[in-house]
Amino acid sequence: MTGRHGVTAWRAGALTLGFGFLYAPIVLLVVYSFNASRLVTVWAGFSTRWYGEFARNEGFRAAALTSLEVAVMAASLALVLGTSAGFSMARFSRFPGRPLFGFALMAPLVVPEVILGLSLLLLFVAGESLIGWPQSRGVMTITIAHATFGACFVSVLVRAQLAGFDRTLEEAALDLGARPWTVLMRITLPGISPALVAGWLLAFTLSLDDLVIASFVTGPSATTLPMAVFSSVRLGVSPEVNALASLFLAVVFVLVSLAFWLMARQERRRPDPSPVPQAPQAGEG
Amino acid sequence: MIGIGRLGRLTLIGLPFAWLGLFFLVPLLIVLKISLAQSAIGIPPYTSLFFDDGSGLKIQVSLANFVLLVHDDLYLRAYLGALGNAALATALCLLFGYPIAHAIARAPKAWRHLLLFLVMLPFWTSFLIRVYAWIAILKPNGLLNQLLIATGLITAPLPLLYNAFSVELGLVYSYLPFMILPLYGSLSALDECLIEAAADLGARPVRAFLAVTLPLSLPGIAAGSLLVLIPAVGEFVIPDLLGGADTLMIGKVLWDEFFNNRDWPVASAVAVVLVAALAIPILFAQKFLEQERTA
Repeated sequence: MTGRHGVTAWRAGALTLGFGFLYAPIVLLVVYSFNASRLVTVWAGFSTRWYGEFARNEGFRAAALTSLEVAVMAASLALVLGTSAGFSMARFSRFPGRPLFGFALMAPLVVPEVILGLSLLLLFVAGESLIGWPQSRGVMTITIAHATFGACFVSVLVRAQLAGFDRTLEEAALDLGARPWTVLMRITLPGISPALVAGWLLAFTLSLDDLVIASFVTGPSATTLPMAVFSSVRLGVSPEVNALASLFLAVVFVLVSLAFWLMARQERRRPDPSPVPQAPQAGEG
Repeated sequence: MIGIGRLGRLTLIGLPFAWLGLFFLVPLLIVLKISLAQSAIGIPPYTSLFFDDGSGLKIQVSLANFVLLVHDDLYLRAYLGALGNAALATALCLLFGYPIAHAIARAPKAWRHLLLFLVMLPFWTSFLIRVYAWIAILKPNGLLNQLLIATGLITAPLPLLYNAFSVELGLVYSYLPFMILPLYGSLSALDECLIEAAADLGARPVRAFLAVTLPLSLPGIAAGSLLVLIPAVGEFVIPDLLGGADTLMIGKVLWDEFFNNRDWPVASAVAVVLVAALAIPILFAQKFLEQERTA
């Protein structure tokens, strides 16, 4: 067994190099955010000075609040839209326009961001001149944009979890006289709750992260954190941005770890979805 | 779920469908429409396709933007530059990603979730910040040059930043997880017995790999390649932050047309051609993602 599954030197090497490549820049960024020197790449001792500077930066603070506001609203909208979309795709095998729906759910995951951003902006501009909506661009238009691609990610998670969902529970509830909506609300949705929580968290971090789409659809009134970071990064590397980036990474790491932990925990609880049915499990339920 | 009723079904399907229609599909059509308009000074800064000159509704369609794309070789070079950079990044991601995915798929079962999580984590972690992190490493007086000089490998700093090398590195770094995940999907589903059978029949490891493992992981290779290639072609942040004056990628050209030149119709035409060029890969990618879901 160990010969086949054990980590041979070659595989360990591939993993070390691979993860070293993926994580070294992140680790260095965080380490140098504690650098006392203003010169970003010259180490001059430990200091938390730049975290203080960042906290006193009015522009970054305002942008962080805008980003949080957008991310909370966008993730919540994405959760509602993505859950009903994922449910529809998983449970309704036939309805008019299903292939188009499937395309519209998948395509935003791969279409370049510049195109999503440009196309949404043009929609908002056309809407404003034709029907007077939206009156101005800012927090609301960014929220709509982020909710749209967030919903696509949520639907992927919800579909995946519904595929492994034990439908006999739903059937049992129906047999016992529960109405279909009651079953949906009290059996199905709680059953896929890890996907819902994970989906919300992922939509939240995606929204928090997005630079390109937000830059297109925003107006003069709203600047998100990535936009503020981007404009200062264009001027060069600064220790203040290092501090901000490290804080940002910490928040995202915690949220994403939480999302994955929830998904993994659910997976362990679920009966083994191996294709060969195992006898003892039949008697357990 | 038949009992959920027509109205319930209509709501569950209709709400997200209408939303995606309005905020994803319709906007793509508007891009097409505005690519046929002409740039104008005003708000919005383009001419209307439909107008009434007193003798009924007229339609004015202009192909001038597309003619410009063909005539000014800046655009053609930017499309080809983006395609070239993205294709090379895809190949490099495959080259580096394959051993990693293979090692994860063959790692002890208890480790696999953790390793996969470690691959996924950077993917969810701010793209902008991860690209930004490379600037401090690649700068002329940056960490990598310091290291190389300290070890005596070089005497003068290498030009690592603001050129084709840094763009390529940024692309590979950013999109590597997109390649590893589908590869892992294929490789972990592969039946180990097949490789043992090949070995029993006298195949050396290399031959067993070429004859069994590689062909069976083709779906993962295809899916991963598409997931890297499509977004990388339209990439803006990487060429903007890590690229130099000679870096020409279409995503950046689109951004500049829009934000710097304020020429919305040309930006739209650039987008239309990009979507048209990516349409077939996108449809394939959708198919692969769909299969993965149902598998």
